Amino acid sequence: MSAWINFSALWKILVFGLLAGAGLPALFAIGMVALSKGPKARAAAAGGDSDVVVGGNPVGLVAAAFCFLVVLAAIGWGIYEIYQIGHPAPK
Amino acid sequence: MPVNDLLLALVVITALCFDFTNGFHDTGNAMATSIATGALPPRVAVGLSGVLNLVGAFLSLAVAATIASGLVDTGVVTLQVVAAGLAGGITWNLLTWYFGIPSSSSHALIGGVIGATLAAAGGHAVQWHDLVSKVIIPAGVSPIIAALVAGTGTWVLYRISRNMTERARGHGFRIGQIGSASMVSLAHGTNDAQKTMGVITLALIVNKSIPSNATTPFWVVLTCGLAISLGTYLGGWRVIRTLGKGLVEIEAPQGMAAESASAAVILLSSSFGYSLSTTHVATGSIIGTGLGKKGAEVRWNVAGRMATAWLFTLPCAAVVGAGAEFLAKAIHGSPGVIVVLVILAAISGTIYWRSRKNKVDHNNVNDDWTGSAAPAEPEPAAAA
Repeated sequence: MSAWINFSALWKILVFGLLAGAGLPALFAIGMVALSKGPKARAAAAGGDSDVVVGGNPVGLVAAAFCFLVVLAAIGWGIYEIYQIGHPAPK
Repeated sequence: MPVNDLLLALVVITALCFDFTNGFHDTGNAMATSIATGALPPRVAVGLSGVLNLVGAFLSLAVAATIASGLVDTGVVTLQVVAAGLAGGITWNLLTWYFGIPSSSSHALIGGVIGATLAAAGGHAVQWHDLVSKVIIPAGVSPIIAALVAGTGTWVLYRISRNMTERARGHGFRIGQIGSASMVSLAHGTNDAQKTMGVITLALIVNKSIPSNATTPFWVVLTCGLAISLGTYLGGWRVIRTLGKGLVEIEAPQGMAAESASAAVILLSSSFGYSLSTTHVATGSIIGTGLGKKGAEVRWNVAGRMATAWLFTLPCAAVVGAGAEFLAKAIHGSPGVIVVLVILAAISGTIYWRSRKNKVDHNNVNDDWTGSAAPAEPEPAAAA
């Protein structure tokens, strides 16, 4: 059976796929929610439906920056890994 | 040998044409959801995707040579077989594009090459086991994995952001969507441009222009990157429309979840050496994102039509490839190849000409879904 289906590659793709493909966007969403905490967004929301995301809470801002940086770093690392695999060092 | 060089040049040009159709068939994989949610204006989206496809083409060359050589016995492959195989791939790509069906360009290419090989040398020249384990099974599995990841992502994104106002949430996720769609474009360039590079490298090896253990020459990487990028920029608006509007009505969080899932699955599978079709992954992701959101509706009849087209892609491209090979064989020698390519050009021209009659472009790509690739013709009075 495993001669037909490459299970070892498949489960890796599924697990890492969930981490990168669902985990990173989730982190982005957490960052966004953190960013939206604070007086400005509340005021804007109170005045009706608003597209203001930045809330003005300093703790939220720092948390958001952290989340976004982790997402960017993960993407950068991913691209670097792919470049490495595609350009093997000469032996 | 000037005759062979002429043939080689023709085959390389045909391969680049295939690469071009690959780009323009697949723009939607990366950009359909961003266009549908309004995260990017349509023309900016295809421009960005084109540039990133070019960058992606240079990113990795890991699987460039494996696409054709792993599936057929390269000993029997001639320039004529490559040309016939490409004819099969291009014809199927253009037909499915005309009907707005996001079918797999990889399957079209593989099908064409296998059909031509069968016609040239018979069944023993095809590695059937590898065909099933490396092409057919992944085609069934990859949309499911992508749908699982995208569905999970969608559910999590809505859950996390449930207290934000509708518009603020849309605003934030549209920005995230641009990033994740860019990653899909990059992944597409990395994954798909290599397939044409592999075919051209194969043609060069067959023609003894380069030794059989040679790596892909730089000019091949460059021209393939440019061809796929130009194709992407011109945008297969018909397919974009089906993916962005036809399958599921998409909101920004869903778009971001779908693109992230596609990018992750495509990049991971190419780094684990599990080749799969970007189209199958992207479609699976979009369906998954419809399943992951409560109340979202997946148009299963559209999905069913696509799945049917997927089943037919390999055999149909193979039949065209085999027919082209038989024709070329019957005429014999380079005139045979030239006749095949002239017929291919005529077919392509006809399909393009037909497509102009009910055009889909950046102006009407987001019109409401009415059940077909091309939106209903506006009333003459309304158009005036």
